[in-house]
Amino acid sequence: MDLNLSDEQRLLRESADRFVAESYDADHRRKMANDPLGFSPSVWKQFAELGWLALPLPEEFGGLGGGAVEIGILMEAFGRGLVSEPYVATAVLGAALIARCGTIEQRQASLPKVADGSLKLAFAHSERAARFDLAKVTTSANKTAQGWRLAGSKVAVLDGHAADQIIVSAHIHDHRGPSGRIGLFLVQATTPGLVISDYPRLGGGRACNIELFDVHLPEDVLLGDGSDALPAIEWAVDRAMAALGAEAVGIMQTLLDTTLEYTKIRKQFGRPLSANQVIRHRLADMAMQVDEARSMALRAALKVDAAPIERARAASGAKAKIGRCARFVGEQSIQLHGGMGVTEELEVGAYFKRLVAFDTLFGGSAHHYARHAELGRRA
Amino acid sequence: MDLSFNAEERAFQSEVRSFIAKNLTDEMKRATALTPSVFSDPDIGMAWQRALHRQGWGAPGWPIEYGGPDWTPAQRWIFETESARAGVPNVNVMGVKMVGPVIIGFGSPEQKNFYLPRILSGEDYWCQGYSEPGSGSDLSSLKTRAVRDGDDYIINGTKIWTTHAHHANRMFALVRTSDGSRQQDGISFILIDMKTPGITTRPILTIGGDHEVNQVFFDDVRVPVANRVGEEGKGWTYGKYLLEFERGAGIASSKLREGLKAIADLAESDLTGRAIDSPDIATRISEVEVDIDALEMTELRVLSALQTGQNPGAVSSILKLRNSEIRQAVTRLGADVIGHDALAVEPMRPLYKLNHEPATPEEMLTVMPEYLNGRAYTIFGGTSEIQRDIIAKMMLGI
Repeated sequence: MDLNLSDEQRLLRESADRFVAESYDADHRRKMANDPLGFSPSVWKQFAELGWLALPLPEEFGGLGGGAVEIGILMEAFGRGLVSEPYVATAVLGAALIARCGTIEQRQASLPKVADGSLKLAFAHSERAARFDLAKVTTSANKTAQGWRLAGSKVAVLDGHAADQIIVSAHIHDHRGPSGRIGLFLVQATTPGLVISDYPRLGGGRACNIELFDVHLPEDVLLGDGSDALPAIEWAVDRAMAALGAEAVGIMQTLLDTTLEYTKIRKQFGRPLSANQVIRHRLADMAMQVDEARSMALRAALKVDAAPIERARAASGAKAKIGRCARFVGEQSIQLHGGMGVTEELEVGAYFKRLVAFDTLFGGSAHHYARHAELGRRA
Repeated sequence: MDLSFNAEERAFQSEVRSFIAKNLTDEMKRATALTPSVFSDPDIGMAWQRALHRQGWGAPGWPIEYGGPDWTPAQRWIFETESARAGVPNVNVMGVKMVGPVIIGFGSPEQKNFYLPRILSGEDYWCQGYSEPGSGSDLSSLKTRAVRDGDDYIINGTKIWTTHAHHANRMFALVRTSDGSRQQDGISFILIDMKTPGITTRPILTIGGDHEVNQVFFDDVRVPVANRVGEEGKGWTYGKYLLEFERGAGIASSKLREGLKAIADLAESDLTGRAIDSPDIATRISEVEVDIDALEMTELRVLSALQTGQNPGAVSSILKLRNSEIRQAVTRLGADVIGHDALAVEPMRPLYKLNHEPATPEEMLTVMPEYLNGRAYTIFGGTSEIQRDIIAKMMLGI
C-alpha cells in the first residue's frame, strides 16, 4: 500500500504543470473559445512531442504504457488550464477502444499514429433516446455484400468535428434482425452519408451531433471479431470518467485558489470578506470537497483495471461524488465573487461551466449513484 | 502507487486475523454489537485491552521503548481495519491514545515508569477532565482552579461531559494554576486519583438513554504537585497536542464501513420489509458508501505521507469532521431503514443483558440510541464549527 507519487510521476506532474502555466493563459483560452476548431494544432503537436499522446498506449504500438494514474496527473494539470485539446476523445476513449477491441492490424494501423499526433479519434456512442444508458443503441449496422451499412443518430460526440476517424457504435443486425450485439466501427470522418454538426461545448472545446444516412463501409471497419462490445464500452467510459474526474479536481483547485485570494483582497464593511466566519467556513467546506474529489479521482484511477463490477462502482462512485463536489465548489466560487462572478469578464464562469459539463458528461450524479446502487446489488 | 498490500503486509494481516479469532469471544462480540455508546463497558473493553497487551499490541501508537509494537502506518491500518471488521470491543482510548502520548512526550521519568505500564495492562482506567459548564468550544476559558499549598495543589471547580468518570480510577485534567495575560497561559496538566476525598460524580443521561458522560465536582481536592505533567502553566500546549491525537487518530473509515454494512443488511432483510427496495434508501446507502470510500482514500493518502515522514498537516481536522458527519449519516439512514421500529424505546442497559424480550428484534436495538447519541459526534472533540475554523486557519491561511 503506497499512494505517494513515484519519481517519474512527480516529473510528469512538474512538466504538465509547467506547460499549462506557460502556454495556457487567459488570452489563449479566450482565443480558443472563438476559434472554429476550438483548440490549437500546434499545442497538439507539442502534446505529441512531450509524449503525452503516447502515454496511455501500449508499448508494442509506439506507446509508453502509462496507466490511469499518469493520465490523471496530466488531466489535473489540463483542468487547471482549461485545456481544450481533444485529449480524452483521442488518447483515452478512442485509443483505449482500439487497443482493447481492434485486431492486430487495426491496432498497428491506428495506435502509432495516435502516438505521433497524426491521427485524432472520437467516440460516437450516445443517443438522445438512450439518455445515459450505455447499453441502449438503436443505430443499426446491417451486413451488406461489400461490408456494412450504418444508419442512425448520435449526440454529444466529444471533439467529433476534429477527428480523422470516428468510432461509431451500432447494433449489429443479421438476417433475423437485431442480434443483441453492439459493434464498434472505425469510420473515416469524410465518408459520404456521415453528417457532422458541431457546436461550441459548454466550458470550452467543441462537440457534435452525427447523422448516419445509410453509410456504406468496407468490411474491415468493424473493430475486432464482432462479439458484443458493450463490456469494452463500459470499460472505456469508466476510464474516461476517471480521467475527467482528475480534470475536474484541477478545475476545482483553481477555483478554490482564485476564490480564496479574492476573499482576502475584497473589502466590504471595512474588512476583507475572509474576516467573516460565514465566508471562512464556506471556504473550508470547499477545500474539504476538493480534497474528497481528489481522493475519489485517485481511487477510480487505481481501480480501472479491477474486476468489472468493482471498477464500475469505483468509477460511478467517483463520477457521482466529484460531480456533487464540483457543483458545490463551482457555485460557491461564483457566489463568493459576487456580481463579478456571473460575468464573462472573470474566468470563474468559464471554469464553472467546464465543471457543469463534467457533471453532465456520461450522466450526472443522480444517474451514477443509481448505477452504483444497482451494481452493488448485483455484486 | 498501489492500493494492495505486499507479502509482508498480507502476512501481518493473517497474524491479526488469527489473533482476533483466538481472543475475541462471542460474548465480547455480542456485547460490542449491542453497545450504542462510544466505548465498551470497562469489563468488556479492558478484557480486550489485556488480550492486546499479552500480544504486545496494547499501544499501537507508542514508541517501541515504552511498549509500542513499532508498526508501520500500513500495519496500523491493517490492524484497525481487521479489528473493525471483526467487531472487537471499543476500548476506552483515554489511556492509550490520549494521556499516554502526553506522558511519553512531557512526563517525568517517575511518571512514565508508574503510569505507562498501568495503561498498557488496563490496570488504570482513565477519564478526561477538559470541558467545563462554562467552557465548551472556548476551552481555554476554563475556571477549575488549582492553588499551590506546600507540595500539593488544592483543586476546586467542576468538569463536564466526562466520559466514563463513573468507571475511571484516574483523570487527566486541565486546571488553572495562575492568571496569565492570555487565557491560554496559566493552565496546567494534572493527573488526579479519582478516589481522592472531595471528588463527586453526577451522572448525565444522553438522549439515547445511555449513561456514558458525567459531571465531576472538585471540593478542596488535594493533589500532589508531583502529579503535574511538564511545566506549570504550559498545560495548554500539552492539551492541544493531545487534541490532535483525539482528532487525527486517522483510521475511522473501516468502522464506518462496518456500521453501514449492518444497516444495509437490515435494509435487505424481511425485518424491515426490505427497505432497500425503495430507490431512495438504495441511493442513500450508495451515497454514504461513496463518502466512506472518499474518507478511506484520504486516510490512506495521509498514511502514505506519514510512511515517508511527511507531515499531513491540518488534514486531521478534515478527517475528524468527515468522520463525524458520515457517522451521523449512517445512523440517520439506520433510523429510516428500521421504519416502524424507530418508535420503540428500550430503556434498560446494558442491552446485551436484558432480562425481558425487547419490543424490536435484537439486530435493531442499537439503531435509535446510536442515532440519538450520535448527534454528539459533531460536538465532542471540537465541534464541527471549530474544525472549520481550524481548516480555514491552518489549511487556507485565513
